[in-house]
Amino acid sequence: MGKFIGQSIKRVEDKRFTTGHGRYTDDIVLPNMTYAQIIRSPYAHARINSVDTKAAAAHPGVVAIFTGKDIAEAGINGVPCGWQVDFKNGDTMKEPPHPLLVADKVRHVGDAVAIVIAETREAAKDAAELVEVDYEELPAVTDPYKAVQDGAPLVHDEAPKNMAYDWELGDKEKTDAAMASAHHITTLEFVNQRLVPNAIEPRSAIGDYDATNDKYTLYTTSQNPHLTRLLMCAFVLGLPEHKVRVVAPDVGGGFGSKIFHYIEEALVTWCSQKIGRPVKWTAERSESFMTDAHGRDHVTKAEMGFDKDGKIVGLRINTWANLGAYLSTFSTCVPTWLHGTLLQGLYTTPAIHIDLVAAFTHTTPVDAYRGAGRPEATYLLERLVETGARELGMDPAELRLKNFIPPFDGVNQPGYQTQVALQYDSGNYEQVLKKALEIVDYDNFRKEQAEARKQGKLLGIGISTYIEACGIAPSAVVGALGARAGLYESAQVRIQPTGKVSVYTGSHSHGQGHETTFAQVVADKLGIALEDVEIVHGDSEAVAFGMGTYGSRSLAVGGSAIVKSLDKVIEKGAKIAAHKLEAAVDDLEFANGAWTVKGTDKSIAFGDIALTAYVPHDYPEGLEPGLDFSSFYDPANFTYPFGAHIAVVEVDKETGKVTLKRFVAVDDVGNVINPMIVEGQIHGGLAQGIGQALFEEAIYDEDGQLVNGTYMDYTMPRADDLPSFETDRTVTPCPHNPLGVKGAGEAGTIGSTPAVVNAVIDALSEYGVKDIRMPLTPQRVWQAMQNGKQS
Amino acid sequence: MGIPITVQVNGVSHSHEVEPRLLLAHYLRDVLRLTGTHIGCDTSSCGACTILVDGKAVKSCTMLAVQADGAEITTIEGLASNGELHPLQKSFNEEHGLQCGFCTPGMIMTATDLLANNPSPSEQEIRHALEGNYCRCTGYHNIVKAIQNAANTQG
Ligand code: FES
Ligand code: FES
Repeated sequence: MGKFIGQSIKRVEDKRFTTGHGRYTDDIVLPNMTYAQIIRSPYAHARINSVDTKAAAAHPGVVAIFTGKDIAEAGINGVPCGWQVDFKNGDTMKEPPHPLLVADKVRHVGDAVAIVIAETREAAKDAAELVEVDYEELPAVTDPYKAVQDGAPLVHDEAPKNMAYDWELGDKEKTDAAMASAHHITTLEFVNQRLVPNAIEPRSAIGDYDATNDKYTLYTTSQNPHLTRLLMCAFVLGLPEHKVRVVAPDVGGGFGSKIFHYIEEALVTWCSQKIGRPVKWTAERSESFMTDAHGRDHVTKAEMGFDKDGKIVGLRINTWANLGAYLSTFSTCVPTWLHGTLLQGLYTTPAIHIDLVAAFTHTTPVDAYRGAGRPEATYLLERLVETGARELGMDPAELRLKNFIPPFDGVNQPGYQTQVALQYDSGNYEQVLKKALEIVDYDNFRKEQAEARKQGKLLGIGISTYIEACGIAPSAVVGALGARAGLYESAQVRIQPTGKVSVYTGSHSHGQGHETTFAQVVADKLGIALEDVEIVHGDSEAVAFGMGTYGSRSLAVGGSAIVKSLDKVIEKGAKIAAHKLEAAVDDLEFANGAWTVKGTDKSIAFGDIALTAYVPHDYPEGLEPGLDFSSFYDPANFTYPFGAHIAVVEVDKETGKVTLKRFVAVDDVGNVINPMIVEGQIHGGLAQGIGQALFEEAIYDEDGQLVNGTYMDYTMPRADDLPSFETDRTVTPCPHNPLGVKGAGEAGTIGSTPAVVNAVIDALSEYGVKDIRMPLTPQRVWQAMQNGKQS
Repeated sequence: MGIPITVQVNGVSHSHEVEPRLLLAHYLRDVLRLTGTHIGCDTSSCGACTILVDGKAVKSCTMLAVQADGAEITTIEGLASNGELHPLQKSFNEEHGLQCGFCTPGMIMTATDLLANNPSPSEQEIRHALEGNYCRCTGYHNIVKAIQNAANTQG
């Protein structure tokens, strides 16, 4: 622990938020600004016969209207996909265009057809009502399994059977053999349902073209403004990047949904140039539901083979993944490289194989949502282990402990090579589970449960253990797997002449508290005060380049880039100090904010070096003025946080309502810079994972209508649906980055969902219920009890 | 076609002519440029827009600006007095009751109303009072703690 590192320092960014002075995209008003309303398809699949904008154009206040035809005529490309996953037979992935506005056919409810720009938001809305689109409705398909069957309606003519790609990982032959000789096979068939990320700030974008300087500025609700700039300039609008500035100011939550380059960003940028005025678009919540990339949506058949002692001998998975109507930026890697590669879990399973089909459907595109692929992997593993234990008559905790990979620190013991491509960095899995069991008092709980049962109460306990791959990502690895960009991070550390420090990071904070955590690292390493450090992010004009924040990567990758620059500062500072102190560089040491000649009291403070770095008149040859360094950090490996979560629930016999009574989470995210912030990340993740288990699902009907696309209909956890969480930690440092950190953003979401479901199934054990489809609504739970009773 | 209204907002009197359909939330954000009041939904479900109208927590997207004529309004910008942060503004910082900050103004205004009526609420009472406010970041855990903390320091 340092003076700041390891301490729960209160967040320095809070004041602007608690006083109402945050600056979110929709808060920005530019001179002469116009407002855009987008005309969206009410149908999941329809041909557009005509778009009549005459009446709308005549509406008072309307400035311009553009349609799919205008976009096509301007020769503008669609938004690209950033990751290529080819078919098993080597054929190239199907990648139909996703135009900014469609001209021929709409492919999901919410698909954009035209944009109306007006003097006020109200005028734009009113005029939008007057745009007449003649649609010819066509049959739709929304389920990924049905989509790839013969005769299903086609989403894109160029993708036969609606397949974007198929994919496999692991050793099929070995797995089939292991399953054939297994003593027992546990099988589950289930749906990992579609979720809507639902950051509370709706997406928003402002395009601002400055004709005098031929310069574009885009303000947008983005988790990675630099990548948006790159994709928009190079692939969509064909603009020179040095003429485009992208700013992601304060962003009100992302959870993955704001990683991607969306059509609206390019649209407002292009429209602003066309009309010569700023154009603002802000989603209404119902628009967010239809157009923010959704998450999950897998149909899975999962089998786990056990020997007679309960050792796992094989795992065989078939999954149909729904990608929606178009390929969103990272959509293709989520069900594959972020899902199939995690199927080892924490277990020594010697044979694993996954076969997967990725399907287009007439639904909103699906992409990374908090956890992205890893929650799906964890869900299937932890449901199988739990179900297997029940079928084998073993204790589920016991069964897990029997199958865990033994501890390894990645330094004295090598990393663990999985059957599915990854090499885990360090882990001690037994320890987290034991700690969680202790906190929940597992042994006693069974007595309590039996006691409660006598009184007619249904109590249940459910365990889940998980591992995730974070710190995305080693560029060479992801490049080999199809990523079209390396996923390093950049950081510039500029020491100001007065000894104050400005840090420019390519990571983006939308709730994670980087302005505090990163400052803690910098202040400690340089031995200066916290308030002497300023963290700058989210503006392509200020920060040279960045890869943004997702995949729990900010500290592990972005933080490491900062450390790399700090090392350079200290190294150059030593040269200046050596000159000033008339000593050899090798005789100096840097500690507590000063360079000292070892074994003497001759020293010079950081602030003095900073000043002399900028006002030198006596530097020897070869020593340059200035103290300002940029670095790019490319991680050697992913990081692998892990943990154990335990849920205790009570099920109401009469209504089927599930009450979450306790939730224990023991997570190991490596070293921790700010425990308060890490715990906050865990809490938020837990709420979202619990939300999937009990409340959330985006529901499409047969016609492809999103039937619950509002906050009145889509249920998210509210304060009185959740208990206070019981969190704890173990610390297994990451062996391959300078801070030893692993990442904490997604852990809570990944581990919690199966723990809750396992707990409910446990509560219903006397009814013989094997599985219930998520979310476990009172109706479904009640129905399961009724069916169980009858059988 | 505008309708004249006069409202006291954070102690300052404002008079404007507004369209009858203008929501109070939009009046605050667009006309008065008080953008601390956020808009997170179109169904009065999220609470991000919560303000105090005559001392009571109200979702400002459920009210028309014309209905606020003559009212006394407090928004998040007006909660601190004489440069001194309100106990809830402090406790949200101390207990890490916010992450992205988008729900925060609504949470704090709702909690202000709660504590005015119930100075030492139980955890369940706090959770119940927050029923109309969504937070997607914090899992509510630290928001509940922040409100408890403020209750303790106020009490
Ligand atoms: S914006 Fe008012 S409740 Fe959501
Ligand atoms: S802090 Fe982000 S929604 Fe509450």
